[in-house]
Amino acid sequence: MSEAILRVFRGDANGGEEKEYKVPVEEGMVVLDALHYIQAEYDHDLAVRWNCKAAKCGSCSTEINGKPQLACKSRMDKFPEGQPITVYPIKAFPIMKDLVTDVSWNYEVNKKIPEFTPATDEEFTMYQEDVERIQEFRKCIECFLCQNVCHILRNHERKDAFFGPRFMIKIAERVMHPMEKIDRREFLKDEAGVGYCNITKCCTEVCPEDIHITDNGIIPLKERVADKYFDPLSWVLRKIKGK
Amino acid sequence: MENYETHTHDVLIIGAGGAGLRAAIGSSAQGASTGLVCKSLLGKAHTVMAEGGIAAALANVDPKDDWKTHFKDTIYGGKMLNNWKMPFNHAKEAPERVRELEHWGAVFDRTPKGKINQRIFGGHTWKRLAHVGDRTGLEMIRTLQDKGIHTGIDVYMECTITHLIKDGDKIAGAFGYWRESGKFVLFKAKSIILATGGVGKAYKVTSNSWEYTGDGQSMAYDIGAELIDMEFIQFHPTGMVWPPSIRGVLVTEAVRGEGGILRNSEGERFMEKYDPERMELSTRDVVARSIYIEVKEGRGTPHGGAYLYISHKGADYIKKKLPSMYHQFMEFADVDITKDPMEVYPTTHYIMGGIRVDGDTCATTIPGLYAAGEVSGGMHGANRLGGNSLSDLLVFGKRSGEAAAVYANNLSTNLNIPADLIESYANEILAPFSSTDGENPYAIHQDLQDVMGTYIGVFRNEENLKHGIAEVDKLKERAKNLKIEGSRMYNPGWHLCRDLKSMLMVSEAIAKCALQREESRGAHSRVDFEGYDDEKWGKVNSSINLQGDTMNITTTPLPEMPDELKSLFTEGT
Ligand SMILES: Cc1cc2nc3c(=O)[nH]c(=O)nc-3n(C[C@H](O)[C@H](O)[C@H](O)COP(=O)(O)OP(=O)(O)OC[C@H]3O[C@@H](n4cnc5c(N)ncnc54)[C@H](O)[C@@H]3O)c2cc1C
Ligand code: SF4
Ligand code: SF4
Ligand code: FES
Repeated sequence: MSEAILRVFRGDANGGEEKEYKVPVEEGMVVLDALHYIQAEYDHDLAVRWNCKAAKCGSCSTEINGKPQLACKSRMDKFPEGQPITVYPIKAFPIMKDLVTDVSWNYEVNKKIPEFTPATDEEFTMYQEDVERIQEFRKCIECFLCQNVCHILRNHERKDAFFGPRFMIKIAERVMHPMEKIDRREFLKDEAGVGYCNITKCCTEVCPEDIHITDNGIIPLKERVADKYFDPLSWVLRKIKGK
Repeated sequence: MENYETHTHDVLIIGAGGAGLRAAIGSSAQGASTGLVCKSLLGKAHTVMAEGGIAAALANVDPKDDWKTHFKDTIYGGKMLNNWKMPFNHAKEAPERVRELEHWGAVFDRTPKGKINQRIFGGHTWKRLAHVGDRTGLEMIRTLQDKGIHTGIDVYMECTITHLIKDGDKIAGAFGYWRESGKFVLFKAKSIILATGGVGKAYKVTSNSWEYTGDGQSMAYDIGAELIDMEFIQFHPTGMVWPPSIRGVLVTEAVRGEGGILRNSEGERFMEKYDPERMELSTRDVVARSIYIEVKEGRGTPHGGAYLYISHKGADYIKKKLPSMYHQFMEFADVDITKDPMEVYPTTHYIMGGIRVDGDTCATTIPGLYAAGEVSGGMHGANRLGGNSLSDLLVFGKRSGEAAAVYANNLSTNLNIPADLIESYANEILAPFSSTDGENPYAIHQDLQDVMGTYIGVFRNEENLKHGIAEVDKLKERAKNLKIEGSRMYNPGWHLCRDLKSMLMVSEAIAKCALQREESRGAHSRVDFEGYDDEKWGKVNSSINLQGDTMNITTTPLPEMPDELKSLFTEGT
């Protein structure tokens, strides 16, 4: 059995530092297992969120070797042997303690999105091909990794103006629902700030569910909004695509 | 004592999985002020992990299906030990609850005619499980969450309840702490619904998350509520076995529902021996025991499991119908299930027993206290059918929410919570910080998991059970003096101290009920008492309650089915 070195951020809102731990490595082990080992053997108070340990609940988002990802999905054998692995909390949200951050802003945003409003009380008839594209968005496990890397939230601190990629696809899922009856274009533009996204696709790259957030979600939303209002970027896009 | 926050609601719901969320929607719809507390973030409860589907006799795929067949299947699956009223309400109402989810935004897989598609699971006569690939739980929890937050409920996330409080014989409130700050919080409520889920973390090999420590069962027991049938723990036949770090993670029954085949190391399709009629789609208790026996008799895979094949269905089909399973094996085990078989072995999955409830209202034996979902007992008898939990959550979530709201609205007495009681609870919870010679809670947890796995597992006998009970007793003693470092802020080690107390309580109940029931039925297999003993055990529930400070284990008569329902079981079966 080999051994790995983990450098884990320990601290809170008042600051903190990296602490080094040596952890024995078993076959197939993931970073979350290593963190659990640390909890059981060294520091019982190491704070990390997790639930499913199977990449299904989106609780364990951290930045491992600088890359935002799920700790339960990051295999130890994917990292170069002998080199320390750093584990930090995600950066776009305020730290609570160690690897745990305050993601409550996301829950507040979610509340602002009007609920699905079906056009009929009757039983739905919808075909698989009509629901497949919204099923893609509904795979989201709310790990908030996309929110974490979106530069509008992370670097420009525009949480006041832009709901972020996770909630763009949430709105997309309602807009594209075959039975939805309300027009959300004004909401998208004025409240959700769809215009802020400049299609860098960083969100899509980190999504553990492989959701094509930008191509399948945000761009079509921008196009719909552009049908009603002028948005320079999607105007250019349409020119390029020749629509 | 230090200051603490107080919140007041008509109805307080503890747990935000499918049952808790559906209860909150139901309670709020009755105009009751509703609070919802959960240990994790909203949307992360166990329900999110459910994979295969929700059972409801929609009859979209098999037009012959109806509530009667679903009712019968559930009771046969439960080996006749169900509280009949629950499967009855469940079978009748599940279709409506599923359709309602669709109107709240759930997007189920479709039939060619544009209806909700349904798949088969073990023990169900017809194709009955509404599903979304193999991520049905995610669909369900997100839908309920999005509905719930727009109904005016107050959500308290990452808040752990440690004690329930009575005034006289009635429920009056709940006490706990915020995980983030470690500060205490008191909830005053006229009625409380427990929807805290199961107990799987008492075992090492489990499909369950850290939350499954039996808090609801144990807190209800502490204030005198009756629990039933705790010996019935479902070992799901197919957990992952390799690599070690992933051991126990679930392989959904949908793999078998979609045509998966089990073979031993000799290539033999061994279910032919154990249940030639239903084969891989036999009930879970039977399939789990069969795999166990195959491995024990030396016909296991290199890592001690059975092979589960699905590759014959073709890569496209598998990726479409079982996408999470495909990724789970690819990413965690380096196995491509479109080409190679999976290795599987039973894993602790679900508890059929739980808090005794009324089959219509979900009222427990304590006035004002309700229970719904996995924390409650009676619905599934001695063995649960796959897919019947998610529908259970919806049907009884709604029923409990409405009943608790009606109770709260009609309650005229003023409830009092004595301050000294709060102080004693706070001291109890804080004790590990001041211990100088206490034990590491993680070490005791590991020892408990070893004891439960070794002595109180799939197959049981008197000697092992007695030994297990003695071991749990020793652990209870050791757990009286725990020690923890660090601050009260987000301190998992400290949280585990309280969780341990719950796990020890439920473990004791599981072991003692298992010792009491001298027969084999459903998920409870006694090698020293093989087969059913209908005469003695077929008509009684195991019953657990606290008397003084000891656990009292007896039996109570099984509620008797009315004749018109009984006749369903005699006509042409
Ligand atoms: C991997 C897996 C797959 C499954 N697949 C299926 C399936 O396909 N079909 C099916 O029907 N069933 C399935 N099941 C079973 C089913 O998912 C569960 O039985 C069900 O989700 C339990 O729901 P619940 O609402 O009772 O509890 P949960 O969803 O577990 O919620 C419990 C809630 O209680 C809270 N809580 C617990 N203790 C406390 C406390 N002390 N203080 C505050 N809050 C607390 C938790 O935070 C959580 O919010 C599966 C289970 C697993 C593990
Ligand atoms: S594509 Fe848009 S939403 Fe995604 S990271 Fe870039 S700016 Fe943010
Ligand atoms: S869209 Fe992807 S990255 Fe964003 S929260 Fe959902 S699962 Fe995570
Ligand atoms: S623990 Fe659930 S996604 Fe990692």
